[in-house]
This record gives sequence, structure tokens and C-alpha cells, in this order.
Amino acid sequence: MLRALTAGILVSISCSIVGTFVVLRGLAFIGDALAHGVLPGVAVAILIGVPGMVGAALGALVMIGGVSLVQARSRLSSDTAIGLLFVGMLALGVVIVSSSSTFSGDLIRILFGELLGVSVEDLLLQAVVTVGVAVVAFVCARPFLLLCFDPEQAQVAGFSARAYHVVMLLLIAATVIVSFQSVGTLLVFGMLLAPAGAGALIARRIGAMMAWGIAFGTIATYVGLLLSYHLDTAAGATVVLVAVVIFFVVLLVQNVRAHGVAPTVVA
Amino acid sequence: MSGPASATRDDRPGPSEGAAAEPIRATDLSVGYEGRSIVAGIDVTVRPQTSLALVGTNGSGKSTLLKTIVGLARPVGGSMTVFGHPPGASPRRIAYLSQFHASGFVLPLRAVEVVRMGRYPELGLLGRMSTEDHDLVAWAMRTMGVDRFCDQSLRSLSGGQQQRVYLAQVLARRAELIVLDEPTAGLDAGARETYLEAFAAELIRGAALVTATHDIAEAAEYDQVMLLARRVVALGPGREVLTPEALLETFGMFVRGAGHLGRFIVVERGGREVDPHGHIDLDD
Repeated sequence: MLRALTAGILVSISCSIVGTFVVLRGLAFIGDALAHGVLPGVAVAILIGVPGMVGAALGALVMIGGVSLVQARSRLSSDTAIGLLFVGMLALGVVIVSSSSTFSGDLIRILFGELLGVSVEDLLLQAVVTVGVAVVAFVCARPFLLLCFDPEQAQVAGFSARAYHVVMLLLIAATVIVSFQSVGTLLVFGMLLAPAGAGALIARRIGAMMAWGIAFGTIATYVGLLLSYHLDTAAGATVVLVAVVIFFVVLLVQNVRAHGVAPTVVA
Repeated sequence: MSGPASATRDDRPGPSEGAAAEPIRATDLSVGYEGRSIVAGIDVTVRPQTSLALVGTNGSGKSTLLKTIVGLARPVGGSMTVFGHPPGASPRRIAYLSQFHASGFVLPLRAVEVVRMGRYPELGLLGRMSTEDHDLVAWAMRTMGVDRFCDQSLRSLSGGQQQRVYLAQVLARRAELIVLDEPTAGLDAGARETYLEAFAAELIRGAALVTATHDIAEAAEYDQVMLLARRVVALGPGREVLTPEALLETFGMFVRGAGHLGRFIVVERGGREVDPHGHIDLDD
């Protein structure tokens, strides 16, 4: 249980840092695509007896390459192409998995994670990657901020918009790859968006947004694990569900305050 | 998109090498996108402490030319140098204000942080903001009259207030070449005066200024005016170039003026044929 909690908190930290930029740059769809693109990689890795994470990394790289190619080639609607890319990768993953009868349990594990089965080695790797993600995000904070503000402004200011965009995608990929073992490829996306999104509703600064995201993610992990223990529900899914509920509660509270439905404080 | 030139970092012009390192020198330049030319045959030189206004309708090529100057679009033909180098090679010497800021509403950013971005090209990835940098940011915000919004979030400001914050960011750059795309969009009369004063001072400081504008009165004050209508209609000092005939050719519309230059009112007449002379009424 303590391992699950630690894993969840590590996922919260890396997902909130990366998720902040995903939310601000409107990369949700690409994040989703990356999270799902990992599946066939993991499936192939298991099939040929390589660690799942290696396959996940390859899947993510293929996805980044595909997304970049699509964005460079098609001017009109890249979301259609990205959508097809990610559905294609998802389908490919399921096809690979379904071709082997021993895989059905693995599929559930890949998609929804195994928060309660995280090993100490997994945790160490997760901690290392989380620190790495934090360091890269710190170093690239200025170009990332400019990219969020206006990619052209970043380019004119001498920070290559394309290069830092790829760095950002790689950070998303790294986060997805180390997080999928605990919350799964389907659900890691929820941890990328929900805590950072709730933070965006509250914060007036990027740093504060990340801090709120980490706080919300940690709360979601703790409450989710508690609920899943008592209600005997899937741990990863319950955690993500709590995170999403937190987002909508924050949204509701903000709206109530903004529209003065319950004006309890008079300035 | 090409990265900054690495070989010659310190390419600031010495007193002897004036011509080679002019802020802008374009020879038979064609600008456009993806190899397709929008405006061809542009010959223009912008020297330090001088200004160039681009006047034309939407789609006339103004923004494309500006994007080419700052290195966001590649020249389609001819040649252009910016401080003696290809466009985009001198990011620390250029400030650029684009026409649209799509994400200004979403970002959890305070106004002061937007202005601080103006110092990023000098600071690089990890350079710390010095006292001088903070002073510049504070000065820029005071100059544009947005210092009282310092700690407010950008999204809580009105469109005109946001535009003034963006202009403060440009001032904080202390650039040698300032490129502005429709800077007065959304500004009220008072803010427009503030803007005109601030950027006239930038010229005196030594910067070169290139501005795309619909504001004929503003353009008339520039050292050079380029009238654009998918081609260069005219280029020269404002008072010579901004003739009723040239404006009609540029805008294809009805021009009514009260008094001399400086008080033109341009009225768009979409699609309707306008008699080139019958409807121009300069001295009523």
C-alpha cells in the first residue's frame, strides 16, 4: 500500500509538471495519442520478451515521429490525422495482444495499470525519471513559457520553436512511459490533464499551477487508494476518477464564486 | 526554420561598417508562403533611427513581409539581410509584436511576467534577472501605463490593456529593430497617444521601427511609407506617398479627408466600383 501511494505521488508530480504545459499549450489530444501509442510497443515487447518499458519508449517515439510528420505535412486539421494515428496504434496494440491467448490478462494490466503491484525497482526508475522531468522542465521553463504564450514569439526570441516542441513531447512521452505501469496507458492521460487542469482554474502563475496540480494529484492518489481498498475497486481507475472529480468540483466552485450564486464574502 | 548563427555572436555594427549591418536591406525581395509569392520586387533599406510604415488592406502582404523580416517566413525570392545576416539570425537585436495572441486568455500569467519575457532573449535559459532587467521591466510598464496592472493576471485585463502589456514587452526588449503588426488594434485614443510617444522615443534611442498599420495619420509621420496591395504601390516619405490616388489604388476604396494629411478617413467599400476621382474629396 505504501509503495502504491509512493508510485501514485511520483506519477502526480511528473504528470502535473508535464500536464501544466499540456493544458496550457492545448496538447491534450497529442498527450492522449502518446498515451495510447505506447500500447503496441508494450505488446510487442512482451511478445518478444523485452521489458515493457523499452517497447513503450519505442511506441512513444514512433508516435512523436508520426505526430510531427502529420503536423508538418497537413495544414488543415492535424487533429483528424492525430486521432487516426492514435486509434490505429491502439487497434494495432489490441490486435497484437489478441493474437496470443495468454495475453488477455496483460491487456487489462497495460491499459489500466497495476498500482498495487508496483515493485521497488519500478519505484526507483519512476523517481529518477520524475527528477529528470523536473530538471528539464526547469531548464526549459522560459522557452516553454514562450511556446505557450506564442510559438512565433519563442522563435523570434531565438528559442527554436520546433526543437522545444519536440523536447516537450519527449517529456510527455517519458512521463507516460514510467507512469503506465502504475496507472495504465488509458488512465495516465487522466493524471496528465485533471490535476494540472484544476490547477489552471485556480492559479495566477505557472509555478503555482504546477504546485496545485501536484497537491490535487497527491490528494487524488491518497483518497483513491483509500476508496479502492474499502470498496474493493480497481486502484488506478479509482485514483484517476477522484482526480477527475476534483477537477469538476473546482470548476463548479469557481463558477459559483464568479457568478456570485453564493456571495458570502463582501470585499 | 534556421537557428541563430553561431559563428559571429558579436555582430553589432561598428562605426565603420554601417552599410553592411543596416537593420533591414531588401533587394528584389519576394515574400510569401510555401514558395508562393504574395508581394514581389521589394527594394527597401531601413537605417538605424528611421521608421518604415506598411500600409495596405488585410491580405495585402504586410504581415507576410513583417514575418519575413523577423525570420518566421523565408524569402520566396530576391535577398534580404537583417543587420547584415539572414533574417532570424539576430534574435537578441529584434523585438516583434504579432497581430494575434490566441493564448493570452488561457494562460495563468501575471502582466509583469509577460513583460519579463521581453528580457528572455538576453537572459537565455538560466540567466538570472538582474536589477537592471527588473528596472527595465518596471520602466516599460510605467511607460505604457500598465504598471498598476503589474500583479493582475493577463486574462483579467481588457483587450486594450492586454495590447499595452504586449507593447510594454516590446519596450523591455530594448531592441535595435522593432517590428510591430497592427500595434494600435484595440487601443483607445489615450493609449494610442501613449504608444506613439513611447515608440518615437525608441527611435530617438537608436532603434529602427517597422510598423504595419491601418492608421494613415500615424503612417504619415514615418520616414518611409510602403503602400502594399499584393505589390508595392508606392514607397517613399509619408507626405509624398500618401496621395489620394495611391491610397485609392492601395485600398480600392473611398477616401475622404478633412484638411491636410494626418486626418484621412478610409472607408471600405467592399466590391463596389468606385470612380477614382469622383469620390475623393480632400478639402471639404
